[in-house]
Amino acid sequence: MSEEIFGIMAEYKNPHDIYEAAGKFRDAGYGCSKKWDTYTPFPVHGLEKQMGVGRSHVPWIVLLGGITGFTTGVLITWYMNGFDYPLVVGGKPYWSMIFPFPVMYECTILFSAFGAFFGQFLTNGLPRHHHAVFNSEQFERASDNAFFIVIEAAHPLYDEYKTRALLESTGAFNIHLVSK
Amino acid sequence: MSHAAEDSHQDGPAVLAKVKPLAVLPRKPLVLNNRDFHWITEKICRIVEDPAPTWWWVCFVISVAIASFLGVGLLWLVSTGVGVWGLRTPEFWGWDIVNFVWWIGIGHAGTLISAVLCLLRQKWRTAINRASEAMTIFAVMCAGVFPLFHVGRVWLAWWLFPIPNSQGMWPNFRSPLEWDVFAVSTYFTVSVLFWYMGMVPDLGTLRDRAVKKWRKYFYGILAMGWRNSTRHWNNYEMAYLILAGLSTPLVLSVHTIVSFDFAASLIPGWHTTIFPPYFVAGAIFSGFGMVLTLVLPLRSMFKLHDLITQHHIDCMCKILLATGSMVGYAYAMEFFIAWYGGNIYEGFAFINRAFGQYAWAYWIMISCNVISPQFFWFRKVRENTALVFIIVLFVNCGMWFERFVIIVTSLANDFLPSSWGYFSPSIVDIFTFVGTMGFFSTLFLLFVRFLPMLPIGEIKHVTPQADPHFHPEEHDASPAVAAMAAKGGHS
Repeated sequence: MSEEIFGIMAEYKNPHDIYEAAGKFRDAGYGCSKKWDTYTPFPVHGLEKQMGVGRSHVPWIVLLGGITGFTTGVLITWYMNGFDYPLVVGGKPYWSMIFPFPVMYECTILFSAFGAFFGQFLTNGLPRHHHAVFNSEQFERASDNAFFIVIEAAHPLYDEYKTRALLESTGAFNIHLVSK
Repeated sequence: MSHAAEDSHQDGPAVLAKVKPLAVLPRKPLVLNNRDFHWITEKICRIVEDPAPTWWWVCFVISVAIASFLGVGLLWLVSTGVGVWGLRTPEFWGWDIVNFVWWIGIGHAGTLISAVLCLLRQKWRTAINRASEAMTIFAVMCAGVFPLFHVGRVWLAWWLFPIPNSQGMWPNFRSPLEWDVFAVSTYFTVSVLFWYMGMVPDLGTLRDRAVKKWRKYFYGILAMGWRNSTRHWNNYEMAYLILAGLSTPLVLSVHTIVSFDFAASLIPGWHTTIFPPYFVAGAIFSGFGMVLTLVLPLRSMFKLHDLITQHHIDCMCKILLATGSMVGYAYAMEFFIAWYGGNIYEGFAFINRAFGQYAWAYWIMISCNVISPQFFWFRKVRENTALVFIIVLFVNCGMWFERFVIIVTSLANDFLPSSWGYFSPSIVDIFTFVGTMGFFSTLFLLFVRFLPMLPIGEIKHVTPQADPHFHPEEHDASPAVAAMAAKGGHS
């Protein structure tokens, strides 16, 4: 059987152990590549810092969405009430920033929310039909009560024996290879 | 911290040395009986995975039957005209707008729980936020029915949106009603996004546990390939926080803009500046009333006492007490300003509300909204689930009457005494309103049946063992903390 190996997967028994282990892997130089990851049933705060993962880029997408939304609000109210179909109401100016402000406000929030929602999926590379980690029969417990670490074979520091030794020294158990 | 506390023991009254108060008060546990992660997954997923209980089917059939009233009521209206509602001079806003404001107000508690309490780091929100967000979405759907059909020719309702039409006309953005279109549709969209995004990891859990093929596909598609990666959680939590930050000004703006529908008019009793904060407080009040109305029966039916604890009920009762008192203050302040403003029409409108032909509605409103939540000052009341349930039913009822009093009394006796009238709803009004309740219950029962009713990941996250710095040995070593936790701890 010449199955290609995706990487090595191992389990830790609780958030504390995986938190400590992630720090050891980062110190061992694994932070140089993104080809490793940890999987927890809920967000373990601080684990991303232990792994050396930087701040999320979602806020930039939200900002872009917010600017688009506000501009849209300004443009539609100006175009519709001030330019294309001007209407005299109480002798007031056809258009100003003041009276349609609630519309601009709501558009800003709407488009920012789109930015946050789609930004999250975009930065995470989702939706996605399949991923190699699901090839492990153990992995379905990652959404229940198991804490997994995966070092991909494509990681520059990956070495089946050395990586396995490092996993063992950090208290991992259930160490197994995952096929592609 | 502990050092400072020791000092104060020596300086303070002698009794402190005897009582030895804890330097740091322990937090009340949010999950009782020290449940582990797997128990939480099992408990919540089994609600969806086990066959539907008999009571669910009974409730579902009744709800669908009642929801059909809505269909019949609307069909009758569309085939005849808006006149089938009890709307006539001088009242062209009757039950329909009352129902719209009532339903929209109910929705507000869901967003408050998911967004405002998230920003304030109130961790108890986790057990109830999913169900409340679902409540928000279904309540906004029910609310939307009324203005949509009140426009008369519902097939032209799309004219409300800035979409080019054959007449080359555009909406008038000077109208608060147009702001409402933007506020309510944004609110609905953002609530759905927030609700769905929060649910994706839990849908992943259901997918991973699925045995039947249709379940694998159904939850597999909805979970979007979520795989609990830390790199993903990092982006997810940032997006969640930002959505909470966006929903907070949104939820405040929605009921503010709804109140502009009234405040921007010239009708005495409507034309007041207190309306925006007063409406928002009322919305939160009525929404928490509805959250408790829904959560208390579900808690006892599904035996969720370890996840939705007495502490949760306590917190919600206190919010009801606070917002109920704010609403009471607003009622008093409206009266004061009506007198202090010196406007005779305004003064008349308020005297007429309390002692005129609608006095019965006014005093129902006062007793349900101002007096009934005051019972929540007493811990004995907050701990009596049946009593809490009865009081929240009063709150739901009182908030409907508040909107009725505001809308109907102001219109019934306006500027021209010759056109004064007395509003009575038609049978179609009643059927349509009761029908929305059936529609709401139907959707909510389907939600309970097919989607994770409590957020699985978030509840795991607030347990003590989810903290990466948690050491089981240390936790057991403090008997005072353990005793406090076991008692349910009263602060």
